[in-house]
Amino acid sequence: MTDLEEPALHSPLEARHAALGARSIAFAGWFMPVQYSGILDEHRAVRERAGLFDLSHMGELFVDGPEAGSALAAALICDPPSLAIGRAHYSMICAPDGGIIDDLIVYRLAEERFLVVANAGNASVVSDALAERLDGFAAVLDDRSLATGLVAIQGPRSREALAPLTDVDLSALRYYAIAEGEVAGVPALVARTGYTGEDGFEVFVDTARTGELWDVLLDATRAQGGVPVGLGARDTLRLEAGMPLYGNELDRMTNPYEAGLGRVVKLAKPGDFVGRLALEKVARDGPGRRLVGLVVEGRGIARHGYPIHVGERLAGQVTSGTQSPTRGVPIAMGYVAPGDAEPGTVVDIEIRAARVPAKVVDLPFYRRPG
Amino acid sequence: MVPSDLRYTNDHEWVRLEGDTATIGITQFAADQLGDIVFVELPDVGRSLDQFAAFGVVESVKAVSDLFAPLSGDVTATNPGLAASPESVNSDPYGEGWLVRIRIADADQLGELLDATAYDDLVAAG
Repeated sequence: MTDLEEPALHSPLEARHAALGARSIAFAGWFMPVQYSGILDEHRAVRERAGLFDLSHMGELFVDGPEAGSALAAALICDPPSLAIGRAHYSMICAPDGGIIDDLIVYRLAEERFLVVANAGNASVVSDALAERLDGFAAVLDDRSLATGLVAIQGPRSREALAPLTDVDLSALRYYAIAEGEVAGVPALVARTGYTGEDGFEVFVDTARTGELWDVLLDATRAQGGVPVGLGARDTLRLEAGMPLYGNELDRMTNPYEAGLGRVVKLAKPGDFVGRLALEKVARDGPGRRLVGLVVEGRGIARHGYPIHVGERLAGQVTSGTQSPTRGVPIAMGYVAPGDAEPGTVVDIEIRAARVPAKVVDLPFYRRPG
Repeated sequence: MVPSDLRYTNDHEWVRLEGDTATIGITQFAADQLGDIVFVELPDVGRSLDQFAAFGVVESVKAVSDLFAPLSGDVTATNPGLAASPESVNSDPYGEGWLVRIRIADADQLGELLDATAYDDLVAAG
């Protein structure tokens, strides 16, 4: 490995991951754990008990000022001024042509203070785009991506694990809500968000104190029968939950309507925003292709980039696929022509030399009980 | 140390020769590197394999990896347990997790494979 290939960015928890025996990889410019005990074991722990994730690579962008809300409304496809304090939106930042630059979570922390969480691989692009789009508004961008550590605890027992360690009232903290408090004595923002399809929490702290937070949360996770979880199981968990991954389901060539996420485009909000004209046209005309769930019915696992056929016609392409640990069948997501997107439609996925039958199904593949 | 009675390829397959029958699998190192194996695609009985040519695929949750034949020969059996329990490749790669059996075409090809010491050196060198 040459110096050029060395990831430039390192999690504050890197030594802890190594001590836990994690296998780590370069991911979005960071050196991050892909697995500890094994993807299937970690996946099942999150579905049945709890899992602890290091997400310090995510980008944290704070926006402050009297016009912070209206500036973000002009920059993003959501409507931040309509958010109550302490609530969040899943959203996106789009290009003028409606293509997705990144998918985001926007939290309203105070009347004039918002937190935008971006994917690691896009954090600097989003930061630059926001800085440009906020120009002229009474709003200031503070990119605290490197100053902020993020640890997520996810799974049906995550609340039991976290509650004794924090002054935040977790039973009052709703899904897609955020509150300020302390966790294990560390000042933190605690959000009820995640990327697994389970109940869970994301805890934002100063990078310098991420280690002490992790140590206490790992003990609490283990006390609930949980384990540390790497990026490998994070991917299988989100795929079962039907959640898109930027770079697979979402990219600059894709608009939110194609991804089945038209509901996050707030066309009814007042004022212009970047991408409005293009997105209004897609909303009017309908998307040119649609993201669907697929269950492979023959033998084989569909992977990113595999062609999808209907009869002799090329109908689209797989964006993500794996063997579903929970359902025990190969699942995938992919784009197909709108006419092929109806659940029940039978397609063929080209897996190496073979055409393997698969059925279009409703997303998600997994919904948590209760 | 890997089993001393087997021969190995640079691509991390092993082969056990008994008479003119060779049993083929992947090494513990390969299984560990792949992680949890969830799918194995093997050739039909009767197909002939060429030494060092791809003959199948093993997939973990994250990765797809080609299998390469250590020796030339005709497939006489495939492991019937792998369809239901592909994880046995992880848990017992030299035993229950075997992949295929072939009737070998040319015993001299064995000379082109690594012995256990040479394979251990290959793994140690990364």
